[in-house]
Order: sequence, then C-alpha cells, then structure tokens
Amino acid sequence: MSKVVLAILEQRENKLKKVSFEVVSFSTNIATKLNTEVVGVVIGNDIQNLNDISKYGISKVLHYKNESLTNYSASAYTDLVCEAVKETDAEYLIFGDTALGKDLAPRIGARIDAGCIMDCVSVDFTGNPPLFTRPVYAGKALVDVKFNSDKKVVTIRPNVFKAQIPEVPQELKIETRDVSNPNLKTKVVEYKKSEGKLDVAEADIIVSGGRGLKAPENFNLVENLADVLGAAVGASRAAVDAGWRPHREQVGQTGKTVSPSLYIACGISGAIQHLAGMSSSKYIVAINKDKDAPIFTVADYGIAGDVFEILPALTEEIKKAKA
Amino acid sequence: MKVAVCVSHVPDTATKVKIGQDEKHIDPAGVVFIINPYDEFAVEEALKTKEKFGGEVVAISVGNDNSKETLRKALAMGVDKGILLKTDKSLDSVGIAKALAEELKNQQFDIVFMGKQSVDYDDSIVGQLTSEFLGYSCISNAVYLNIEGQKVIAEREIEGGKEVVESELPVVITTQKGLNEPRYASLKGIMASKKKEILEKPIVETTNHTEVVKMRKPAAKQPGRIIGTDVSAVPELVKLLHEEAKVI
Ligand SMILES: Cc1cc2nc3c(=O)[nH]c(=O)nc-3n(C[C@H](O)[C@H](O)[C@H](O)COP(=O)(O)OP(=O)(O)OC[C@H]3O[C@@H](n4cnc5c(N)ncnc54)[C@H](O)[C@@H]3O)c2cc1C
Ligand SMILES: Nc1ncnc2c1ncn2[C@@H]1O[C@H](COP(=O)(O)O)[C@@H](O)[C@H]1O
Repeated sequence: MSKVVLAILEQRENKLKKVSFEVVSFSTNIATKLNTEVVGVVIGNDIQNLNDISKYGISKVLHYKNESLTNYSASAYTDLVCEAVKETDAEYLIFGDTALGKDLAPRIGARIDAGCIMDCVSVDFTGNPPLFTRPVYAGKALVDVKFNSDKKVVTIRPNVFKAQIPEVPQELKIETRDVSNPNLKTKVVEYKKSEGKLDVAEADIIVSGGRGLKAPENFNLVENLADVLGAAVGASRAAVDAGWRPHREQVGQTGKTVSPSLYIACGISGAIQHLAGMSSSKYIVAINKDKDAPIFTVADYGIAGDVFEILPALTEEIKKAKA
Repeated sequence: MKVAVCVSHVPDTATKVKIGQDEKHIDPAGVVFIINPYDEFAVEEALKTKEKFGGEVVAISVGNDNSKETLRKALAMGVDKGILLKTDKSLDSVGIAKALAEELKNQQFDIVFMGKQSVDYDDSIVGQLTSEFLGYSCISNAVYLNIEGQKVIAEREIEGGKEVVESELPVVITTQKGLNEPRYASLKGIMASKKKEILEKPIVETTNHTEVVKMRKPAAKQPGRIIGTDVSAVPELVKLLHEEAKVI
C-alpha cells in the first residue's frame, strides 16, 4: 500500500470533537488525490461516539486505549501517534488546529522530521505539489506553502472545512490497541471546565461586546442575546483589560481566532487587532453608534445605533422568530 | 537554576501589512518591529524564576542583526545576557527550533521559556518542537506555573477551560497572557542593558521543510450594508440573517 494519510481524531471527556469529523473529511480528500487511504488514530478510553466516524468515509481506526489516556498526556500521545506513523508508513498527518492539536502536532513533527503547516484554511491540489494556504500576521496576509519534507504535518482550522458524508458508506474497522504502560511524564491531572459556557473557539455563533457596553453589568444584554441564539459570548480586549470579562473570551490577535458562521459585534470599534481574530467569520453583524467605525468595513450587515436600544430589541425579535 | 528565554523580533501588531516585491515576505519598509508580545510574559516568568531560585537568565534570538533590539529589550527588563543566533536566511519554525535546540543543548538549561506564539507567522510551535529536539518536557500555553523540586505544575488554557498539567524538569514552558504582568524596563535597567553582553554565533544551517510559494492579501470583503440607525432596523436584520445569510 502506498503511504497513507493519518487522521488524528480528538476526544474530550471520551467524546470525539466535531473537528475530528472535519479532519476525516479533509484527510479523505487528500487520500483520494494521492490514491491512498486514510487511517484514523484516536487515543483515549471508552469513546462513546467513535462509530459516528464511519459516516465520513473512513474504513479503519486505530484506537489506543487505556484509562489513564482519557486526559491528554503530551508524552504518551506523542509516543502513540509516532507508533502509528511507523506502523502505517504515513506520509501526511492531519490534526485539528485546537489547543490539543497545536500542542501535539509539532512534537510528532519533530520526532519524524516532518515539516509542519499550521492552521490551514484551504488547499489547492491542482498543481504538484499541493499548496496549503494559511493566514499569517493575524490574517492580514495569506501564504501558500508547500512541503519539502517527506513526512508532512498539517493542522486545519476548525469550522472551515465541512465534514462531508460521502454517498457510498464505508464499513468501519476499529482496531483496539490496549496500551500497557503509557509514558505519563507529562500529563493532565485535572480538567477545570469554565462555568458551563460555550467557548468562543468552538461556537458556531458568537455575540461579542466591547467598550461600548460601558460597564460589566451591561454584558447581560450580550448574554441574553447569546442565550436565545445558543451562542458563545466574546469580548474585545478593551472589555477584558477593564476586567469586565475573562481573558478566555477575548477575540483578536492576542486572544482567540474564531471563524463562526455568525459573529455579532456590539459596541466594538473594529481595531485591526480585533479584526485579525474574527474577520474570517462567515457572516458579521456590527452594532455601533458610530457609522464610521472600522467594524462596518468587515460587517455584512450593520446597525449604526445604540447597543442599549438595539440589543434588547434584537433579542426579542429573535425569540419571536424562533417561537 | 539555569533559565533561558527565547525571544523573537516581530512587526508591531498595528502594522498594515504590505506584500514585498518577492511576493514571499512582507515589505519591511516603514514597519516598526517589537519584541513579540507573548515573549514579554516569557521574559517576566524567567526573571521571576531566577528571583525565586537564583541563577542566571539568558535570552536567545534567532535572526539577523535587527533582532539585537529585541534582545536589548529583554536585557533592559533584567535578563543577564543575550545570544544572537545569527542568520540572514528566513527559516521555517522547524529550522528555528533546531537552531535554538542546538544552542540550548550545550548549556543544559533547567527551564526554557518561550511565548506561546510569534505574532508574525502565528505558528505556535517553536516551543514544542524545541522541547522534542532537546528531549525536554514541554507545557504550552501556560497561564499558571509552579515549580517544586523537580516537579512542574502548570495550567494551560484550552477550549472551554483549563488543564492542570504535571511534568518534570527540564522543561520548556510557552507562556500565555494571564501568567503574569510583564514588568516595564526601568531607566536603570535600560542603562544597565547597554553594558550587558550580546554574544553572536552562527547557526547550524538546515534546509527548510516548508516553503512559502506566495504571499498574498486575503480577498477584500464586500462592504456590507448599514440597514438602519435604530430599533426599526431590527426586524429587517433578523429577516436577512434568516433568509439571506441562513445563519439563524
Ligand atoms: C499588542 C496588541 C494586541 C491587541 N490584541 C487585541 C485583541 O486580541 N483583541 C482586541 O479586541 N483588541 C486587541 N488590541 C486592542 C485594540 O487595539 C483595541 O484597543 C480594542 O480592540 C478596542 O476595543 P473596543 O472596540 O471594545 O473599544 P473602543 O475602540 O473604545 O470602541 C468602542 C466602540 O463602542 C462604540 N460605542 C460606544 N457607545 C456605544 C453605544 N451606546 N452603542 C453602540 N456603540 C457604542 C464606539 O463608537 C466605539 O466604536 C490589541 C492591541 C495591541 C497593542
Ligand atoms: N526567531 C526566533 N528566535 C527566538 N525565539 C523564537 C523565534 N521564533 C519563535 N521563537 C519563540 O517561539 C515562540 C513561538 O513562536 P512560533 O512558533 O513561531 O509562533 C515565540 O514566542 C518565541 O518565544
């Protein structure tokens, strides 16, 4: 068999994350072009929705299993993925560009002497070699990059490549490998979840607030809108630096980069560092009383009005529409 | 404790990016360069570590002569000495990590601090790569750190929360905002930094594993529509989101 594409699947609390399905689709796409096949790799314990992966056109998954692998362990996961590379003679390794993917992918890259292309947002197979496109300078420019190395590590930005379900379903073979002595030199001993809220990095809709909200208590307007939309709450750096919102909600160059299908910016001016983190959102709505605010240059739809009036009205209107 | 901190010299985050003539790099004309913002957290943590355990802090940068400015900045904050691993080539992250590891290896550091990400190429990988080349442990994206004996406990920021990670020295830590408040360089620090040594060394050349074929601007977004200026625009907005954008 020619060199395979390894799709590295990510689980959290024993459930595959959405980005894993996107990784499989992306991998299948490359494998088709290279006339080879995809092998999935998942590390963990009892993964509840592992079978869901079969829908996405993958026929073989190696499941490295051990109770102590439920939580991420950089050392153990690195060893195990490298084992899978050796066994399959993989040429490409595809990860999601998540906290875990960003941490793990380069370690594997270093071990197998691969080049690493991080945060890929599109790929062009028309020429040889294929070109991988990724944002640099916080999205102010794009680079088309090719590999010169034999082994190739790619991480893909979540929410950009859609998980596609092929017409012909595949029979899925899961090979379970019981891991006897995982190398737990570096290991996660606890996962502290932040208060039941959706994370901006994973949300499909984000409602963000900035200095225009004037005070921390006014963020309830943002939260109410987020609640009716099932959205995550984001914030500008001004709101975070003022201590109104936690840093994990910060969107932008020194916060998180997000690409939801809908981003609603409320009382945010649209400084270049903020735009860097959200301008690749599919649809952008801006609510700002200054019609010349730069946020309107990236917004699809805008209301040049007062957030204190617009937000409650918008929340009500959406409630009505959803009823 | 032997502490190293790796710093990169990057365009200010407010820079308007212009693509250079080679269509592979930005045009540096008029661009202000600064110490990578995340590396200030790394320098701060390195200094705090020295203050707690004693020892020496060495700052290292891979780059051309201009990177000395960023090394000076680290020296002004309190770092003891600087090393410039000099190259005029533009290296990919693997190349940078190899050069760093080669230097770090010789000196047997207990702990190496880096930023979580360089705000130029935004790779977020040099720390992890370097740790592997060195055979060190590595914890990336740290917002909390505590060292006791050989044991290292850190918290790293991930989607939806934080992971508490245990590891051991020697270790590479990449730093995220929240870990500390970087100090300002005092006037005294700035004066003292002028007398501190910056050692220049050639790097070990490697071939790049990845190569930029072309740098370009993202397609400009079509300017959107301002639908209105008050609550009367709200129903129209909801209709557009539902029927045109189909996102709600
Ligand atoms: C190194 C560096 C990194 C940075 N990283 C980030 C980052 O990651 N993320 C980020 O967001 N920023 C970042 N910044 C900061 C950035 O430059 C801006 O300062 C910040 O984004 C401004 O936040 P803001 O839009 O909330 O506030 P402002 O710029 O003050 O804008 C507030 C807006 O609210 C509007 N407004 C006021 N009252 C109302 C009202 N009643 N109704 C409607 N609108 C109203 C105003 O018209 C104004 O446009 C960074 C800066 C630097 C130097
Ligand atoms: N040229 C360089 N010289 C020294 N350290 C660097 C260099 N490039 C990156 N680093 C370090 O690696 C971190 C992550 O960078 P990156 O992987 O490029 O996003 C930075 O915050 C620096 O601490």
